Amino acid sequence: MNDIVQDLVDTVDAVCARHADPERDWNPRLWDELERVGVTLLPVPEERGGAGADLATTAEVLRVLGRHAAAVPAAETALLAGWLLAEAGADVPSGPLTAAVAGPDVALREDAGGAWTLTGTLPRVPWARHAEGVAVLAGGRVAFVPRGGYEVEEGANLAGEPRDTVRLQDAAARVLASAATEKAFRERGALGRAALMAGAMEAATGLAVRYAGERVQFGRPLARFQAVQQHLAEMAGETLLATVAAQAAAADGTGFAVAAAKAAASEAAGTVCRLAHQVHGAIGFTDEHGLRHFTTRLWAWRDECGNEAEWGEAVGARAVDAGTEGLWPLITAGADG
Amino acid sequence: MPALRLDAAALPPELDDLRRDVRAFLAEEIAAGRIVPHADNWLAGWDPAFSRRLGERGWIGMTFPREYGGSAAGSLARFVVTEELLAAGAPVAAHWIADRQSGPSLLKFGTEEQRRAYLPGIARGEIGFAIGMSEPDSGSDLASVRTRAERTGGGWRVNGTKVWTSGAHVAHAMIALVRTGPAGESRHEGLTQLIVDLGAPGVRIRPIRLLTGEHHFNEVVLTDVFVPDDRVLGTVGDGWRQVTSELSFERSGPERILSTFPLLAAVAGRLAGRGADAADRTRIGLLVARLWALRRMSLAVAARLAAGDAPATEAAAVKDLGTRFEGALIETVRLLARVEPDLASSDPLAALLAQSVLHGPGFTLRGGTNEILRGVVAKALLPRGEAR
Repeated sequence: MNDIVQDLVDTVDAVCARHADPERDWNPRLWDELERVGVTLLPVPEERGGAGADLATTAEVLRVLGRHAAAVPAAETALLAGWLLAEAGADVPSGPLTAAVAGPDVALREDAGGAWTLTGTLPRVPWARHAEGVAVLAGGRVAFVPRGGYEVEEGANLAGEPRDTVRLQDAAARVLASAATEKAFRERGALGRAALMAGAMEAATGLAVRYAGERVQFGRPLARFQAVQQHLAEMAGETLLATVAAQAAAADGTGFAVAAAKAAASEAAGTVCRLAHQVHGAIGFTDEHGLRHFTTRLWAWRDECGNEAEWGEAVGARAVDAGTEGLWPLITAGADG
Repeated sequence: MPALRLDAAALPPELDDLRRDVRAFLAEEIAAGRIVPHADNWLAGWDPAFSRRLGERGWIGMTFPREYGGSAAGSLARFVVTEELLAAGAPVAAHWIADRQSGPSLLKFGTEEQRRAYLPGIARGEIGFAIGMSEPDSGSDLASVRTRAERTGGGWRVNGTKVWTSGAHVAHAMIALVRTGPAGESRHEGLTQLIVDLGAPGVRIRPIRLLTGEHHFNEVVLTDVFVPDDRVLGTVGDGWRQVTSELSFERSGPERILSTFPLLAAVAGRLAGRGADAADRTRIGLLVARLWALRRMSLAVAARLAAGDAPATEAAAVKDLGTRFEGALIETVRLLARVEPDLASSDPLAALLAQSVLHGPGFTLRGGTNEILRGVVAKALLPRGEAR
């Protein structure tokens, strides 16, 4: 990580330390602060209103937000909606945004006057109730429906983060031609979750380490029990793996790397959550303790944007295609692979 | 900031040509039948002729300066070469220890005369080394070594027994950790590294056969073995520091991830041939995904090492995850391969499976057990003294 990225990461870390409040499902104050330091549209080109940063920088910032369980649609705004709009040549508005892929039951229509409307249902749209608008990828087009143009039926993931059903009835949409693919949308979503998960794993591991140092049983801190030490070390290892995987996937930017990183992170998340709770004992399993902010997110995020079965199968398909001779070149291919 | 830290690194693109060259060379070696891919071949594959062919190409001693016969290509170039060799299951044992560990130790702590005596031969693939650390009563707890060296005219008289000494029966020399003085309160004082000529009078080498009957390990009994003063490595009494400073190099290299890779490659080919269903693809895909991530971790450590850093704790974490992966891979591949493991099979998949299963127990033992490694990681995570 270079110094500029490190400074940015430290700035976001400080902002989160002051304003993050994982008890809430939406943190407008934190969002404003993140907009102020200029990280909500990091990878969006400058001429479209963003910061023109690369995916690696974006992933590092998302990792910090994951570490603080930040209640903001940062991945959705920066990696998905901002990308869809900018890619289609539109300026990206400020404020929290969200995005979705139109399923087969969503119809995009153009009337005789050239006005576009969108009708149908979008399930589990992150933070839809709080977003300034939703960018919908529909075939070769992007439709942007501003807040108020749709109805929201509130839903939530395991962590209580908004995952709303969006109902569109002849919703007026701004529509642009788009070269974005559903595959790319899924991969960017997975990359965002992988980065957030790495941060949440850091936090869960950190809490377990702290608790093991403080909690005394049988006259000594848990940390002095070798069995507990083994758990802590395993969590730290899995966290490191998820972190490097997310960084590498963001830097490489290839479909293979993103698939491998999300599969690896989703697998690691299960281990980290299990051990974090085991080390914390009963208190970590209550709503009095902050561990749940991270473990419930990890349990949700490992299945969002594709779990390890989906991405594992994608990686496996590449591996089988590669065969005996091609498997190693597949694994070692860098950004060009 | 977390106690453990790694940042993903990429290899410099100029190493792509080197990788292509190594790949082409290995493909030719395999096609000509000069080498046969084998699991765990950095322990099992002692092939001095192959090592010499690598030496001719400048692919041993890549971290040594040119004046000592090395190619000075650097540790990341060495990373590329070693991972290519391991992935191909090439027989690299004859130079492995010397190239990875003994050579760099000689370079760091050795005298000018010692460097000139050994490094060019190592780089040519002609001189093999063994590691004399473990003893009958000293496994992961290295500070408990009992082999003693006593002062005698012009050198040291060494008595004791080293065990699990891979390749001692075919190597030329062994760097032994011996006790030369009192252990002190830390138990880390009074240890010294000596370069023991394995052909010297008083050196008796007895095989300790693996459960397959293979001969890789040895017991090396040293009875009044004379080691001249000019074969002390580094400083008398400084052995502990010298040995532990190598750990980052020893712990996180690609050999802690790839020992069973040839088996994974073979099953990918089998699935390609017979057709893979979704469950097959998911199973192999999860292995490949984790391997991809582990390799990037290993590379991240290598990049820190290349920059002069010594991330020993991170390296321990990588070795813990990597060596457990080497074993977990076998369990999944068994289910995908659906062949009976057989060392004598003409089906490479059945043979690689048998080699992997039978060598599996060693992966999480050698170079420090995983339980000890996780203890190292935990102690780094916890505030000072809390883990004790």
